[in-house]
Amino acid sequence: MSGIVRGNVGFNDLKIPGMWSRKIGKDLYEVFIGPQHPGSGHMRIIIRIDGDIIVEAEPDMGYVHRTMEKLSEGRAWIKAIPLFERMAIHDACNVTLPYVRAVEKLLGIEAPLRAKYLRVLLCEINRIAAFLYGFGIFGVFLGHSTMYMWPFGDREVWVELAEWLTGARLTHTYPVFGGVRRDVPEGFTDSLRKAIRYMRRRLEDYRKIFVDNPVIRARLEDVGVIPRNLAIELGITGPNLRASGVRYDVRKNHPYEVYDELDFEIPVFQEGDAYARVHQRVQEILQSLRILEQVADWLDKHPREPVMHERFWKTAPPLYKKIFQETGRVKLGAVMAIMKIPQGKAYERGETARGEISYYVESDGGNKPYRIRIHSASARNALVYKYIVPGHRVMDLPAIYGSIDYFPPEADR
Amino acid sequence: MEPQEVVDLVRRVLGDMVRDVKIWKGNDYIEVEIDASSIREAAARMKEAGFDHVKDVTAVDYMKEGRFRIIYNLSSYNNFDLSYYIVGLAYDIPRDKPETVSLADIYTSAEFQEREVYEGFGIIFKGHPDLKPLLLSPPVAEQKPLRKDFIVREEPEIKVEKKR
Repeated sequence: MSGIVRGNVGFNDLKIPGMWSRKIGKDLYEVFIGPQHPGSGHMRIIIRIDGDIIVEAEPDMGYVHRTMEKLSEGRAWIKAIPLFERMAIHDACNVTLPYVRAVEKLLGIEAPLRAKYLRVLLCEINRIAAFLYGFGIFGVFLGHSTMYMWPFGDREVWVELAEWLTGARLTHTYPVFGGVRRDVPEGFTDSLRKAIRYMRRRLEDYRKIFVDNPVIRARLEDVGVIPRNLAIELGITGPNLRASGVRYDVRKNHPYEVYDELDFEIPVFQEGDAYARVHQRVQEILQSLRILEQVADWLDKHPREPVMHERFWKTAPPLYKKIFQETGRVKLGAVMAIMKIPQGKAYERGETARGEISYYVESDGGNKPYRIRIHSASARNALVYKYIVPGHRVMDLPAIYGSIDYFPPEADR
Repeated sequence: MEPQEVVDLVRRVLGDMVRDVKIWKGNDYIEVEIDASSIREAAARMKEAGFDHVKDVTAVDYMKEGRFRIIYNLSSYNNFDLSYYIVGLAYDIPRDKPETVSLADIYTSAEFQEREVYEGFGIIFKGHPDLKPLLLSPPVAEQKPLRKDFIVREEPEIKVEKKR
């Protein structure tokens, strides 16, 4: 192997690009994979190997930790929304929506119906974009460069739609307390339907080149099996949990916004291996497309109405009101920045592309949060590395990592 | 399942360990206050009753009152009715003696999160299999950054004088 350089620490130490290893016992080596590795990066897994078999694995997280829980305690309630978005910028609406809803719960208000549909619209657009991002990274891990290029190209369709809707490609800050920032532009639903048709066709292409590919099947089948009981015990979430046979989705178990009015199913697979997780994600994209179709129909049928709770625009200056009524764009008044939230506690959760995110929000009645606890989907899934990886070959580690769809910035918060 | 039914279930399961129960706004978050000494017994019974994983583990620093509140937010994957609710098992420990017991052997899903509480608040979880910082580096974790007496000095508020 040409890439190996003998380290100067000892004869038994090997230096491989992106990895560092040392001998820690008879036939036992410790290998440090990451934090810079040829994939998503920013996360280290320390494995101990006997020959090619991993006997112990330990995830070492925190390389992109941004102390969000602490930072949010020092700023106004509304300023926490753009902060929390940075957890998963391509899944911004899903990630911030539960926080917005938790604060709305404390305020005792609810967004108008149209705003709820618009939130669901962006949530599902984000979800599809995030799944495609995950597929792309998975392709890199498996050395399948077409599967890297295609989803990243198709993701652009959804990112462009989100930009048209919100004005930003990734960090949209779309849901705010009491509603959303903008109404849909003219002609948006037609483009949305076009995108849905395009995506259905592309999923068929993905099936031919990736999902049914014998090489991919050989790499993924019976690899990284998470048994149902263990998945529950570890608290694994999202598509990974459902691929292990647990029918749990926050959109069904604790419906929020208008998910209880929409017709969609929760796909479940029983196998629990990496290959089942691929199928799970493909099925979830199809369900998201189904939701988007219904939302597009609803938006076409219903006339425009305010997308912001009246509490916030009733007291707005006349110019703001004019902009709001004419263009459907909400200009946030100063009242948002100095707003005090009634004392209390609220717990809210939502289903992001990678699984469940939960916010514990506590207010002492001031204009800043007293305590916010965030626990994100990837942080829940990190336990997989410790409990599932041992027993596999080193070659299987990238396959498991990719199939879990682990996203370090989201896990580290 | 109504929130009151969940409260009844919790009262039946935990018996006289329950000190106080509160249903918060939104009717889906139920906070159950218990004694610090009975947390392991309470957690084991709650797991038997169907709350099969922890959604999150957290602590809140009430500096003025000199206490930490540790909260295990429990929920269910198996039971559809229970999965709508979050039951927060909460207890207080004194701020000057931040020590408690670990639930990592009862709830495996709490293992990493107890490490997070440890690094943020400096709360020692006795009996934890591998208690060390999870996200922070050890020198930062020593400063216990999530406590209220750790003040982040950034973004000073700029006061603009009004032009006449």
